[in-house]
Amino acid sequence: MSDSAVPGAADRGVEGVEGEERDDLNKAESAQIRARSLRLLGSLIRPMRVKLALSIFVVVISTISQVAGPSIIAYGIDTGLPALLNADWMPVSLAGLAYLLAGITGAGLIAWFTVLSAQISQAILFDLRRRVFLHTQRLSLEFHESYTSGRIISRQTSDLDAIRELLDSGINQLVQGVLYMVFTAVALFLLDVESGFILLGALVPLAVLTRWFQLRSQRLFRRTRVASARLIVKFVESMTGIRAVKAFRTEKRNEDEFGGLVEGHRETNARVIKVFGIYDPGLVLIGNVAVAVVLLVGGFRVIDGGMEIGVLLAAVLYTRRFFDPMEDMAMFYNGYQSATAALEKISGVLEERPSVPDPERPVDLWAASGAVAFEAVDFGYVEDRPILPPFDLRIPAGQTIALVGSTGAGKSTLAKLISRFYDPSHGRITLDDVDLRDLHPKDLRRAIVMVTQEAYLFSGTVADNIAIGKPEASRDEIIEAARAVGADEFIRGLPNGYETDVNKRGGRVSAGQRQLISFARAFLANPAVLILDEATASLDIPSERLVQDALQTLLADRTAVIIAHRLSTVSIADRVLVMEHGRIIEDGSPAELIGGTGRFAQLHASWRESLV
Amino acid sequence: MPEVSTPDVAETTTAGTVATLSRLRPYAAKALPRIYLAMVVTLLASAVALTIPQVLRWLVDGPLADGDVTQLWIAFGIVLGLGVLEAILIGLRRALVLTPGTHVEARMRNALFAHLQDLPVSFHDRWPSGQLLSRAVSDLNLIRRWLAFGLVLLVVNVLTLIGGLIIMVTLNWVLGLIFAAAAVPVIAYGFSFERKYSDVARRSQDQAGDLATSVEESVHGIRVLKAFGRGRYALKRFENQAEQLRGTEIEKAKAIAGIWLYLTLIPDLAFGVCLVVGVWLASTGQSSVGELVAFFATATVLLFPIWSMGYFLAMTLDAKTATLRFFEVMDSENTITDPAAPVTIEGGAGELVFDDVHFRYQDAPAAFPDLIDGVSLTVRPGETMALVGLTGSGKSTLTALTTRLYDVTGGAVRVDGADIRSLSRADLRTRIAMAFEEATLFSTTVRENVLLGRPDATEAELREALDIAQASFVDDLPQGLDTKVGEEGMSLSGGQRQRLALARAIAARPSILVLDDPLSALDVDTEALVEAALRRVLARTTALIVAHRPSTVALADRVALLENGRVTAVGTHSELLATSEHYRFVISSLEGERAPQMTELDQKGARS
Repeated sequence: MSDSAVPGAADRGVEGVEGEERDDLNKAESAQIRARSLRLLGSLIRPMRVKLALSIFVVVISTISQVAGPSIIAYGIDTGLPALLNADWMPVSLAGLAYLLAGITGAGLIAWFTVLSAQISQAILFDLRRRVFLHTQRLSLEFHESYTSGRIISRQTSDLDAIRELLDSGINQLVQGVLYMVFTAVALFLLDVESGFILLGALVPLAVLTRWFQLRSQRLFRRTRVASARLIVKFVESMTGIRAVKAFRTEKRNEDEFGGLVEGHRETNARVIKVFGIYDPGLVLIGNVAVAVVLLVGGFRVIDGGMEIGVLLAAVLYTRRFFDPMEDMAMFYNGYQSATAALEKISGVLEERPSVPDPERPVDLWAASGAVAFEAVDFGYVEDRPILPPFDLRIPAGQTIALVGSTGAGKSTLAKLISRFYDPSHGRITLDDVDLRDLHPKDLRRAIVMVTQEAYLFSGTVADNIAIGKPEASRDEIIEAARAVGADEFIRGLPNGYETDVNKRGGRVSAGQRQLISFARAFLANPAVLILDEATASLDIPSERLVQDALQTLLADRTAVIIAHRLSTVSIADRVLVMEHGRIIEDGSPAELIGGTGRFAQLHASWRESLV
Repeated sequence: MPEVSTPDVAETTTAGTVATLSRLRPYAAKALPRIYLAMVVTLLASAVALTIPQVLRWLVDGPLADGDVTQLWIAFGIVLGLGVLEAILIGLRRALVLTPGTHVEARMRNALFAHLQDLPVSFHDRWPSGQLLSRAVSDLNLIRRWLAFGLVLLVVNVLTLIGGLIIMVTLNWVLGLIFAAAAVPVIAYGFSFERKYSDVARRSQDQAGDLATSVEESVHGIRVLKAFGRGRYALKRFENQAEQLRGTEIEKAKAIAGIWLYLTLIPDLAFGVCLVVGVWLASTGQSSVGELVAFFATATVLLFPIWSMGYFLAMTLDAKTATLRFFEVMDSENTITDPAAPVTIEGGAGELVFDDVHFRYQDAPAAFPDLIDGVSLTVRPGETMALVGLTGSGKSTLTALTTRLYDVTGGAVRVDGADIRSLSRADLRTRIAMAFEEATLFSTTVRENVLLGRPDATEAELREALDIAQASFVDDLPQGLDTKVGEEGMSLSGGQRQRLALARAIAARPSILVLDDPLSALDVDTEALVEAALRRVLARTTALIVAHRPSTVALADRVALLENGRVTAVGTHSELLATSEHYRFVISSLEGERAPQMTELDQKGARS
């Protein structure tokens, strides 16, 4: 999304998913994004704090016991050896025992810590997955229609993967590594102050190098997230549209395009790795120089008699060990950068507010009668491009309305407004005199159900798919619903009847059969207001007739808005609305309108002709 | 979940780790020399690291004992030089391995994509795309990291350990052997770890794929979930799967904790024993202090390779599982391929013949009748044939057979006398263009979407196709023909999408046009306009049209009536109206004829 498309972007900075595809964020924008991803991170970690404290305690003890090693060896050589020369076994046995004890404690605690930290990171991941999933479901259709499904999928798959990788091994490495380094440094200071200062001196180039790496890699990591999202978008759409791909022989073109995206992704990845390839040996270099300096200075002091050999050995071992976790730490930092970039994108999605928000104080509406009213409503998907100019409309409870008009007249838009997929730009829409915006989503969805032309089936059985209309429905209710819309017969003919998996073993159903299933869903949901948007388009005539018969009983005591191009629907309607260019131009009973000379009379006549 | 994606866990473990991973060879071939070189370089770096303790030994036993300052400077110089060399070698290793690693990943990803596009539609029917996505993204990422890090460091660590042990044995054979003996239980545990971890790793990757599928469905099915207010319900389902994955991941962590316990505990125990024995040896003069110092310094160098073994072993097993999952797809055989020597048809009037065609899904239970049960039908050149039948009678399936989206399981489909299986797929699909009822649009411009089948069409041809499909609405889009329509064409209405899909099929200028209920989402007026325009195209093209409405049937010269996968009548619309009761039942919606038809339907219901 380019910023020019978003007026006022400068004031709000980069809110939500804005600026997601950019890697040239300025300082303020960068800070804004960073702050929000840190806030998200904080909120994820907070519930885990007790367990986190426990695991840090565990790892502190285990690290202390690990760090004790060189000191024990120094003690063994410097004290144990002379004592043993005097046949005193005590000090050396003590040293051996201490080492064993430290080993057992350290190893046991590390194992415990590994499990603990997995529990923590998995809980965090679970929480994050759940939040993103729930939030995605909450976001309005408007968001979903502009933010391609591939991108939202990549947020929930590859971005979450990056965070999982960090949490999986990263946190272990970080906590253990940092503690190991701190304790090693402390042990070195306790053992020998001068060597300690040498180590401290080595931290200066270390900090400089790390800062350089951070600055260089941050932008690159953002780019990898964008590159992998593009890759996923292309992949998902090619796989879901495989029939069209094959029928129009676009395999080769797709391969080229996908290859280009893969190459882009590879290149950004390779650049990140190159930067890291300088950072990592740099760390080793600093460490090795420090070891040599400790050795030189210590050597002089040993010659001067100011230091014992065992202490020198321990100082060298500590210095070397201090840098041991550096590579792991660098890898952690790598993972951290990648995860931060992912977290930035995810926090952007989480920051998006639904343009159709849930009410703060919902009005209770347990059993709606189904009276719908539009009061001075107008609407446009984009500002200044009205689709529906201001209008009023009252639909009394129980009335069945047929909405007719040519494609693009605004019929579907009207339907989407009633089911609150969108909110009107001005005015209000009410159900039983309650503004739709004040209804709890639960009440709203129980009262108003829309069936569209695209009958999407979820993986699972046919029965599962019907039960989406009413998850707690019994098997009898499900069968009853299927029978009512005339779907029972074909479902029984499937390999496992209602238990047939729609992805498996001949469970593949035709477009018309899918529509019947989605009709059964709506039947089962039993709403006060039913909206059918071209819901019978794929049905053959006998099925449609059956559905119509079912509708007649179904709609007897409820409000319905039916959009259908086949005017046969009109026969079951109490009232017909004819729309053109967003306006309702005719409104009356079917008989009135057919008998008149208006638009509907024309439509009806041409439809009759098309039947012969 | 398709059964293919969850093979028996037993099968997974029996496939050897090495055998499985070596299947990566063809993809990694180019990178292998550099990977081997990287191993050599890394080994050198380890050797350098192992040399430093030797300098220490010499320093402790020599210059430090003698108080020789010049020698101390030399020692410093050597240690510094070795340190710089180690850093350079490590840098070299990264430079060698990492770029080729990304190339291997890219190559595998492209190969997977190409193979998936090649695989028949029946494969895609069975495999949820989330499982495919998790293979294409996460699994390949894992394999790259293993090739670049895991493989090199695993091999080098093992060699370093062996080298270090040899040095330690040479320094002092008693201490060295004590340390070496400690390796036995670690290795023994390693084997049981491999088995345990492989199982969990497999389960976790499969569950991650299922989770990806749920994510995809929740996004693609968002309208249904919203319309019924079932966000919570979908969430619950998703949560259950995420919960399972969490359990598996924790199980995995427990397995790792197990091996870590061994890997840290046992070397530490050996260290403790060596300390006591070493000091005793030094006290009896069987070892020098310098040797002792060098021994412990060497053992310290070895500690990290030992600890990291657990990490790299787990990574290797993850990579093995990822490789298995990758090859599950790559090994799936494409049953719909080009013939070895494709026949070419010169010109070709466009005759389409179904000759005793049978079709059933491979995985359909044996007791099930064929979906297409012996269809013989000839569509003459230039003729328009309508396919009429009840929902589920096999109309769409029959159309899918014409372009080999599925292959017939009996009989043959012929185009201009040639069995379509003897033509190359590209040739066949150039001759026959399809419009599906569900119009798939790709996330690109309107122009590219319409010209999908013939990118080199002229502007005039494009306009003509759009005009015939009554798709002039594209000119009102923000950027006209260059407007990007969303993936799935989300911002367009169903009717608009259908018209673009129709325009696409027309723009392809095939000799045979196959249209699967292409006008279902259009309003009566638009439909009439499209039909009028379509007549011009149909006059010069052979066409097979699935029709539900009399108005669509009116476009056809003849009509074939399908019943339970069989053609039961062929003739003109009026002939069939006069002779076939079933045809009247299927196609006629005049109120007066309703009563007798309903009774027929009741009988039908009673029969089944």
